[in-house]
Amino acid sequence: MSVLVIIEHDNQNIKNSSLNTITAAKEIDNSVHAVVLGENCSKVSEQVSKCDGIEEVFVADDLIYKNHIAENISPKIVELADKYSHILAPSSTFGKNIMPRVAALLDVAQISDIVSIENKDTFVRPIYAGNANLKLQSTDTKKIITVRTTNFEATKINGGNGKITKIEKNEDPNLSKFVKNELNKSDRPELTAAGIIISGGRGMESGKNFNLLEEIADKLKAAVGASRAAVDAGFVPNDYQVGQTGKVVAPELYIAVGISGAIQHLAGMKDSKIIVAINKDEEAPIFQIADYGIVGDLFKILPELSKEIDKINS
Amino acid sequence: MKILVPVKRVIDYNVKVKVKSDNTGVDLENVKMAMNPFDEIAVEEAVRLKEKKVCDEITAISIGSSKSEETLRTALAVGADKGILVETQEEAQPLEVAKILMEIINKNKPDLVLMGKQAIDDDSNQTGQMLSALLNWPQGTFASKLEVKGKSLNVTREIDGGLETLNMDLPAIITTDLRLNEPRYASLPNIMKAKQKPIEKITPKDLNIEIKQRLKTLKVTEPDKKEAGIKVDSVEELVSKLHNEEKVI
Repeated sequence: MSVLVIIEHDNQNIKNSSLNTITAAKEIDNSVHAVVLGENCSKVSEQVSKCDGIEEVFVADDLIYKNHIAENISPKIVELADKYSHILAPSSTFGKNIMPRVAALLDVAQISDIVSIENKDTFVRPIYAGNANLKLQSTDTKKIITVRTTNFEATKINGGNGKITKIEKNEDPNLSKFVKNELNKSDRPELTAAGIIISGGRGMESGKNFNLLEEIADKLKAAVGASRAAVDAGFVPNDYQVGQTGKVVAPELYIAVGISGAIQHLAGMKDSKIIVAINKDEEAPIFQIADYGIVGDLFKILPELSKEIDKINS
Repeated sequence: MKILVPVKRVIDYNVKVKVKSDNTGVDLENVKMAMNPFDEIAVEEAVRLKEKKVCDEITAISIGSSKSEETLRTALAVGADKGILVETQEEAQPLEVAKILMEIINKNKPDLVLMGKQAIDDDSNQTGQMLSALLNWPQGTFASKLEVKGKSLNVTREIDGGLETLNMDLPAIITTDLRLNEPRYASLPNIMKAKQKPIEKITPKDLNIEIKQRLKTLKVTEPDKKEAGIKVDSVEELVSKLHNEEKVI
């Protein structure tokens, strides 16, 4: 049986998270279909149809799907589920919100945040904020899965020629009504989608000093994060927090500045490909997992770092 | 208004997790356990609604071994009125937890369920959404702000890239994110008082729920250890390594 991918998008463009999810789907089976639920989203379905390896794209275009309300989307996925052995979505707030509903309505388990695929019913996922890996086998006939996008390459939006099939919307369940969105206007990427993250800890000494990190972040097109200590000290808002109870990230490059490396923080970033630590205390635990460390005063090092980046950017 | 708050006993978030040498799971012997941090936020929010006279009764519920009674006592000490312990030695996975909660809800008829968005042991982030689907109630997941107005509520949700506000009628399921509030500590007198509050004990069997291991654990392993890297002497050297060797900037 084929695999179905639930496409995350903003009604204009497919989100990168969906491209990683398509790659995971192709590891499970050669036959991959996708479904786009949105409003005025024909551009998205065209992009999906061009994705390498997509056979067919179902699209339902209606106002009830505009804001990706889980209660509105999940009945449609359940309706489509008959023909599929696996249904995948990215493990973003979009996917996490919807897929457990789909699983419950189908009376099967949901498998969260898979990082690798052993075979059609065996998957690996992190537990305890990545302090352990669980290899599990699903005994259900259908697997409803969310995919940790940082562990799968993005499928290219070319080479594909999937058939686009329009489908009817489902009835409006009228459970949740959209009121408003307040999306961060920052040009910086989101923490969970960023290729580079620069984070500050208590060593930053104040919220104002985070300017030093922001300056570098803008030069590297990086996101800015923080440790729980920096959040608890009131330097930055809670949504900056990387760690076991904050955001779990795995960028190509993670620069930890003035962060000692409490377990809580390490659990949220230790899967980053390259870790750089800048800290005045050479005994700080962060150095044990850092690929590159500099011991010294961050207030001297950060301006230097900014200048050195200018050199390679020019 | 009646609020139900499910609470889970998990390993304390400050404890370093160790994988058992036989790879069957994580070592929980003689390890400090505590209430799941997201559930603490849910209890706190319920207590605040009670303090504002929006809510008149808070029931905490926990599913697990007899030791989960400690977790219920913690919720009672913070301000829950009564507890329900669904006692089982088996590990209940999210779908079965949601089914147990559904049975309890069908009997107790709460107007609002406030629960953590995920437990920090299995990190599933599923139960609230599943419960909402089973009951056909609206769901407000990853809540960072909650405003109850009469028979409806506005919930602000933490989504990737910002915030989203939804409006929904009660009864509803809300799952909590970190920014919703800062949980209080229970005072000593309240801890003493909590010992007198009632806890009803039942089993999944009383609810006709069979706990199934739909997802079988094959192996639990330590993640790949990262080798400690090198210390560099200058920022110039660092940038050169990142640019020329690692090609990450």
